[in-house]
Amino acid sequence: MRFRTLAELAELCGRENRTIGRLMLEEQAAESGRPEETEFAHMLSYYRVMKEAVRKGLTENTTSRSGLTGLDAQRVMSRIKAGTTCAGDVAATAMAYALAVSEVNASMGRIVATPTAGSCGIIPGVFVSSQERFGWDDEKMVYGLFCAGAIGYVIANNSFVSGAEGGCQAEIGSAIAMAAGAAVELHGGSPEQAVHAVGLALKNTLGLICDPVGGLVEVPCIVRNGFGAVTALAAADMALSGVRSVIPSDEVVEVMYEVGSAMPEQHRETAKGGLAQTPTGRAIMRRLRETWQDRRE
Amino acid sequence: MRFKDVFSIIGPVMVGPSSSHTAGAVRIGRVARQLLGRVPSEADIALYGSFAETYRGHGTDVALVAGLLDWSTEDMRIPRSLEFAAEVGMRVNIRRGAGTVPHPNTALIRLQCGPHRAEVLASSIGGGNIEVHRVNGFAVRCSAAYPALFVSHRDVPGVIAAVTRLLSAEGVNIVSMSVDRKGRSGEALSVIETDENVHDALLAALRALPDVSEIRKIDVTGSRCA
Repeated sequence: MRFRTLAELAELCGRENRTIGRLMLEEQAAESGRPEETEFAHMLSYYRVMKEAVRKGLTENTTSRSGLTGLDAQRVMSRIKAGTTCAGDVAATAMAYALAVSEVNASMGRIVATPTAGSCGIIPGVFVSSQERFGWDDEKMVYGLFCAGAIGYVIANNSFVSGAEGGCQAEIGSAIAMAAGAAVELHGGSPEQAVHAVGLALKNTLGLICDPVGGLVEVPCIVRNGFGAVTALAAADMALSGVRSVIPSDEVVEVMYEVGSAMPEQHRETAKGGLAQTPTGRAIMRRLRETWQDRRE
Repeated sequence: MRFKDVFSIIGPVMVGPSSSHTAGAVRIGRVARQLLGRVPSEADIALYGSFAETYRGHGTDVALVAGLLDWSTEDMRIPRSLEFAAEVGMRVNIRRGAGTVPHPNTALIRLQCGPHRAEVLASSIGGGNIEVHRVNGFAVRCSAAYPALFVSHRDVPGVIAAVTRLLSAEGVNIVSMSVDRKGRSGEALSVIETDENVHDALLAALRALPDVSEIRKIDVTGSRCA
């Protein structure tokens, strides 16, 4: 890849008159040595898995093996159908789709890690709901995924994308930033605006700890995917309106690294702190442990 | 760069619930299995850090065993891998590891099948990506994001040149390389990640080189590699 920072990415797109998605497809083909068509088709197959996960989460029983979560996406869809959403149907639909994919993941169904499984709902939530709303074709969406991938590539290599290393900000935060930047590009915004959306979005999740109850990718991960889809849309709207990230996005990525590195171990996916160690979190963990003992012996 | 390309960010397609604790674990198990080169009869798995704390909830145990069965991250049988392992006669012991390790999500896998042994220390670094740190007592640097050759050889001048000459003659490009030895003129292990798949005839030619004792090829890149 010919870029290491978001500034370099935007600059390269400007110089070569490319969208981020288009540039990333070319970079990917150069990196892998495979034709662009092959890489494009591969990404398209991923997008189909995402759409299938949305469908599954909205129609099938997504109760997880722990029994802690499931069917929340369908609850939100009922409210949309009733025409009573607080946030408006556009935001609520993105949220419901994001919940759907996360619930499929928690029930050991098939998803695409974007960038991780814990944050797998946000990009499909934003992408699939926007595609339906604006009637975009799959080709456009696949370029959007290459754009999201380019942003994630920079974040991952300059900071981190795993909760165990950098807390939830690294997973949910990165996914929101990727979705926000891609949404800007899908709506015709410039690479520079897409990069601003990344900084705007990331700032909103700095410091978010990874504290899954019972160590499961369920509570609070699933609802954070729902919130994340809405936040990504908000960040995209700000950037498309001309709102800029005063602190350059690359510097925000550095801050995420700084904050994540300083985060205590109990707030990095170990289930030793945060929501996992509340009285209720501990009670759930005890109950699950007993259930698993029964099942194994 | 720890993350190599767009599909290390968007992807893999996987069975949930965790890319680091499920998909990454499958790939770590698979590396170990391919280094042993056969179905292990004994598998001893030590888990460290967050792996040790949360493996039940994330299915890290079934994921590692799915890898030992040489399954991919999207295999829908992953939740039932322990049953399949029992059927093929694989005895699995999962325990909490002691001591410090390079990363919060780390596993040390010791496999055995008759006289054959493999020991792998590897971490899951996020998004299903992994880092292999140690193989059979040798320090290595390997992401398993590409096909890789693990070449066991004697530490004498010219071995690496002979290996790379054969690779270059077949148009195989090297992505990364690491060499470690136990002592001067003793055993050494070279790990060579390649862009292209190394076919069987080339493997045989490499294996026939003087001072090369063993070669294992690993490929956990999934369905996209030939």
